[in-house]
Amino acid sequence: MEAAAGGGCGSGPPLLLSEGEQQCYSELFARCAGAAGGGPGSGPPEAARAVPGAVTAAAGPVADLFRASQLPAETLHQITELCGAKRVGYFGPTQFYIALKLIAAAQSGLPVRIESLKCELPLPRFMMSKTDADTRFGNPAELHGAKVQIPYLITEKNTFKRMDDEDKQETQSPTMSPLASPPSSPPHYQRVPLSHGYSKLRSSTEQMHPAPYEARQPLVQPEGPSSGAAGAKPPRHQASLIRSFSVEREPHDNNSNYPDEPWRITEEQREYYVNQFRSLQPDPSSFISGSVAKNFFTKSKLSIPELSYIWELSDADCDGALTLPEFCAAFHLIVARKNGYPLPEGLPPTLQPEYLQAAFPKPKRECTLFDSYSESMPANQQPRDLNRMEKLSVKDMADFPVPAQDVTSDDKQALKSTADEALPKDMSEDPATSKDSNSLKARPRSRSYSSTSIEEAMKRGEDPPTPPPRPQKTHSRASSLDLNKVFQPSVP
Amino acid sequence: MAVCVAVIAKENYPLYIRSIPTENELKFHYMVHTSLDVVDEKISAMGKALVDQRELYLGLLYPTEDYKVYGYVTNSKVKFVMVVDSSNTALRDNEIRSMFRKLHNSYTDVMCNPFYNPGDRIQSSRAFDSMVTSMMIQVC
Repeated sequence: MEAAAGGGCGSGPPLLLSEGEQQCYSELFARCAGAAGGGPGSGPPEAARAVPGAVTAAAGPVADLFRASQLPAETLHQITELCGAKRVGYFGPTQFYIALKLIAAAQSGLPVRIESLKCELPLPRFMMSKTDADTRFGNPAELHGAKVQIPYLITEKNTFKRMDDEDKQETQSPTMSPLASPPSSPPHYQRVPLSHGYSKLRSSTEQMHPAPYEARQPLVQPEGPSSGAAGAKPPRHQASLIRSFSVEREPHDNNSNYPDEPWRITEEQREYYVNQFRSLQPDPSSFISGSVAKNFFTKSKLSIPELSYIWELSDADCDGALTLPEFCAAFHLIVARKNGYPLPEGLPPTLQPEYLQAAFPKPKRECTLFDSYSESMPANQQPRDLNRMEKLSVKDMADFPVPAQDVTSDDKQALKSTADEALPKDMSEDPATSKDSNSLKARPRSRSYSSTSIEEAMKRGEDPPTPPPRPQKTHSRASSLDLNKVFQPSVP
Repeated sequence: MAVCVAVIAKENYPLYIRSIPTENELKFHYMVHTSLDVVDEKISAMGKALVDQRELYLGLLYPTEDYKVYGYVTNSKVKFVMVVDSSNTALRDNEIRSMFRKLHNSYTDVMCNPFYNPGDRIQSSRAFDSMVTSMMIQVC
């Protein structure tokens, strides 16, 4: 649906809407237009003046919607003027879409100008508070009616867009009871553009499990309408921003269990950051140089002073290079900034390198070992080696300076039980790897060390049971097949 | 405490200059500018060997009736100039040295930031600003 539809577009500016925006706007427009018929005489004069045959949104619900965007009144007047509704006297689709886009621009802090329309913007955020609906309709029944409409319609849109059934159920069940708890519907409503963008991104990127989204549901409930301004913050509108940054992005915020901590990194985000780190620097225990990081972060299209500040926050040891936790912190700050969060004054405790190392030891370990052995192993053997090396690492984690030192004891115990079979062979590799992991500089060398030792161990490892470590993890048949091929000739 | 702190690049243009009594800023700018001559004099007098920390610190460049001006030069010929109130007699040489050392450390941190181009004005580093502020308190 292009902006040219509807009558009276006249001299409206060309409007480029992203897919997500189009969906959202058309939904909102349908709602406003639909509500015109059901409203108690809300804005019929405007509608009557409309060009016959054109779909228009009645001014009543539109005004409500605009007020729900929580922009100051004069901004809303500006927007109404700019979009052309004042001129033509009604809100046709063109005007409405322009207005919505301007609202999004204003909410992002951009000036209300026609030029703002050309930018890629997040979806506009609307906070339907009780008072607004009350003053408008002055009728509790109508209030509930309006309230139900919003989440319900959006729910439908969600179900249409959702890939997962689980998500569908989630969005439907909480929003089915708006009458019982009106305060909760605004958060649901707000969350919609986020989930909308989220689902859109899911279609284009890898499948992400909905666990963080599930956890977000109960989280948003307690917010209530009192935290109006704050309520506008948690949902993130990432569809357009995502595209502008890079191809694959984590779309949703990390309020998994902590509503007030946008600085917490979820598991998915952590994995994503680690992958990005590895794309820049194969060895995850080493660091990214400043220039490499600069090129990478410049792609986020944040301003240089902001990037400079983010760097200042995240490079804790001020060495001009980013280790993995520092990189994750920096990346997370960039994501937060792009989603409208102001940058913190200091590095939040959940983004400190020590905390990050402690909180997410496992992926780091995997990466380290995976990469240290990747060169020596054929590709299909790597999953198996990864498992073995994971257990191997359990014992000499204490020697690794960079990866999590503080949680080694926990993880050791956790994995010790499963590592028994691999012990005999692993012992031979321990000295080599632990020795070489003692300094960061030795990392590149450790690769060659461990690779030779692993090969030796493999050739030697017929006496200890080689097969058992492999089936521990569920890996592709190919890996086990190849291993059999490798070991069979040498098995006595 | 310092009344004015300035970081001057190798080519003798200011990378960062800040003074506390902001109404008389121009006066401090002039003082810093004139002190550059003295700095150059001292550098040339010392010769090529500028490795020792002691030689980085130039000491009192010149006193005026109200102020004393201290200088410090790094190995890359970036100069730090500090103007101190003369009435602040409690300030010893060691303290001035330590202040310069802190300045130097903060400056290195700014340089480590890849988003900072050497030769640009130091305007985006909040850590640097806060460090300078800590050196310049309680003067008004």
